[in-house]
Amino acid sequence: MFELTQDHEEFRQLVREFATGEIAPHVDKWDADAHFPTDLVPKMGELGLFGLNAPEEFGGAGTEHGGFTYTCLAIEELGRIDQSIGITLSAGVGLGINPILSFGTQEQKERYLPDLLAGKALAGFGLTEPDAGSDAAASKTKAVLDDGDWVINGSKAFITNSGTDITSVVTVTARTGQTADGKPEISAIMVPAGTDGFEVEPAYRKLGWHISDTHGLTFADCRVPEDHLLGERGEGFKQFLKTLDDGRIAISALAVGCAQRMLEECTAYSQERTAFGRPIAVNQGVSFQISDLAVMVEAARLLTYKAAWLKDEQEAGRRSVAEVKQAAAVAKLYSTEAAVTSTRIATQVFGGNGFMEEYPVARFYRDSKILEIGEGTSEVQRMVIARGLGLPAR
Amino acid sequence: MNIVVCVKYVPDAQGDRAFEADHTTDREAVDGLLSELDEYAVEEALKIVEAGEGEVTVLTMGPEDAATAVKKSLQMGADKGVHVLDDAIAGSDSVATSLILAEAIRKIGDVDLVLTGLASTDGVMSVVPAMLAERLGMPQVTFASELTVEDGSVTIRRDNEAFSETVEASLPAVVSVTDQINEPRYPSFKGIMAAKKKPVETWGLADLGVDVAHVGLGASWTMVTDTQARPPREAGQVVTDEGQGGEALAQFLADRRLA
Ligand SMILES: Cc1cc2nc3c(=O)[nH]c(=O)nc-3n(C[C@H](O)[C@H](O)[C@H](O)COP(=O)(O)OP(=O)(O)OC[C@H]3O[C@@H](n4cnc5c(N)ncnc54)[C@H](O)[C@@H]3O)c2cc1C
Ligand SMILES: Cc1cc2nc3c(=O)[nH]c(=O)nc-3n(C[C@H](O)[C@H](O)[C@H](O)COP(=O)(O)OP(=O)(O)OC[C@H]3O[C@@H](n4cnc5c(N)ncnc54)[C@H](O)[C@@H]3O)c2cc1C
Repeated sequence: MFELTQDHEEFRQLVREFATGEIAPHVDKWDADAHFPTDLVPKMGELGLFGLNAPEEFGGAGTEHGGFTYTCLAIEELGRIDQSIGITLSAGVGLGINPILSFGTQEQKERYLPDLLAGKALAGFGLTEPDAGSDAAASKTKAVLDDGDWVINGSKAFITNSGTDITSVVTVTARTGQTADGKPEISAIMVPAGTDGFEVEPAYRKLGWHISDTHGLTFADCRVPEDHLLGERGEGFKQFLKTLDDGRIAISALAVGCAQRMLEECTAYSQERTAFGRPIAVNQGVSFQISDLAVMVEAARLLTYKAAWLKDEQEAGRRSVAEVKQAAAVAKLYSTEAAVTSTRIATQVFGGNGFMEEYPVARFYRDSKILEIGEGTSEVQRMVIARGLGLPAR
Repeated sequence: MNIVVCVKYVPDAQGDRAFEADHTTDREAVDGLLSELDEYAVEEALKIVEAGEGEVTVLTMGPEDAATAVKKSLQMGADKGVHVLDDAIAGSDSVATSLILAEAIRKIGDVDLVLTGLASTDGVMSVVPAMLAERLGMPQVTFASELTVEDGSVTIRRDNEAFSETVEASLPAVVSVTDQINEPRYPSFKGIMAAKKKPVETWGLADLGVDVAHVGLGASWTMVTDTQARPPREAGQVVTDEGQGGEALAQFLADRRLA
């Protein structure tokens, strides 16, 4: 069975110290200014956070120690201080690095991975389009081969880490033809930052995740050499489905960090704040909500690390992909809904102060909603789970 | 260049620190950690060795849990650790501490440089480095805010309020460093994993040939006879500026003979 060992806890402690020392003092300002802290990324790289499940050959920590669980621990601990920094790591590894690691050629890996693993660069993965999110197969972006180049036309929406000063490459899915049975053939193509015809639109104004970098992307006759195809032609859809399973567990870890923080905040505040001459925590109307919060944190954490452990076991060939897929969807659905509930409880426990940006619960309240949407909405998770149970689809 | 860094395990200054009935530090009351000021000494040692060659050995004297201070230093990148652990040590003052540390450094042997923090964050006496140097017969240069080593000598910059001094000493030497000298690194994931395989020796007083009669609370030259928590700070005085704010401030300072 899975467990978190002393090594895991020591690593958690390290990330906690880092997050407390390097991130916590600045988040208020970064959030208010919607500032992406480019300088923080290489510092995270020095800790080794981007390479926890990558081979040593490219500067990673090696692959034998169950690196995905460590990645989730790092995301949880960063997310406990700030959700945007947590998603920066989660997307950096899950969407930026892992597709290249899993499907890239040796040449592509050598070109991009060393800087990505060191935190000197970031990469994005563009699947979603203005008219294709949950229904990713509906994507319209097209790429055609012309004279040894892929020529890409179309647009992508909401792409994380795609427009930072250190973004080196964005992998995008595009239609590259039709399959024998008339379905669109989708492939993944790597587009280096700064390529002509690849435009990064101004950052979105978002409800939350202000510190995270999110852009729409447009491609107008954007040309990249043919060898920028990631993996096999026509495999784009399969690749991204695999990428998503990991990503869901990572988002689940981010949600645990959120709920954990809300539990800590509520536990402290409810004992300090007095009303009617006594701490508000003596009212069961308050303390029972915090008890429920504790239960959610515990359950979410167990589901998340069970899924992470299954993923590490699957990498080692001991568990099936189907098991991981189901566990990832279950963990993501439960943890993210628990996280949103936790921020609702926390802002309520904080009363008027919970609505004020001086208190961190307000920021977490804004940041948590996206957890139920990104990397597959709650509805999509329920679809995946139903399918996993063998229930008939429409 | 072989460097020994003395690292002290201290109660977390963020916690509620307390004393035992005999006025020694209650080391159970709060979690302990590597004295933050000693992290600068570890970092400096790592930088020197990374730029050249040699080994960094970290040395601590303290209770069972002091192994955490060694471990943290190894995670940061030090090569090996020595932990002096003996029930008889409890309550040792700085004179006894320096005796034990000096004997441990002799036993480690082949040392070019001994680095320490500028003061421990619990005892805060800043005297151990000087005592160590005396016992080891090495020159001592203290409060280094910059440090370079070359050709058998060490040069430091010491910043005073009015001026900066440059001081040179021959090696081997004992140098204490300030918190201005560098920015200590966080351990990395690889550092944590590698630390598990690094050698740590635990020595008792017998291993060092130190007579039990010279250490511990009983043998200490000094004794802390009383400890009292500082009274909580009283609320300050708020001056509301209704045109006379400047005067009120001046009066406040004058009343206290501060201006
Ligand atoms: C801040 C942020 C960062 C993001 N980062 C990335 C990124 O890096 N890369 C990337 O590719 N994408 C990214 N996304 C996109 C994200 O993954 C999508 O927004 C998400 O998958 C939902 O797709 P959609 O927005 O098109 O919603 P839609 O698909 O339009 O869904 C709208 C609603 O309809 C529901 N719905 C749709 N179909 C069904 C159905 N069959 N049954 C029941 N309900 C259904 C959905 O659950 C949802 O509630 C990001 C989004 C945000 C907001
Ligand atoms: C509140 C309090 C009051 C005290 N008062 C006195 C007193 O008046 N007289 C007295 O003699 N003792 C006193 N002591 C005991 C003294 O703190 C210890 O003996 C201590 O080991 C040496 O002094 P220091 O901690 O002040 O070290 P400092 O001289 O401040 O330490 C400087 C550096 O020496 C090294 N170092 C110090 N101790 C160790 C260690 N155990 N292991 C490894 N490296 C070390 C570290 O690099 C440290 O940065 C007191 C202790 C406390 C907690």
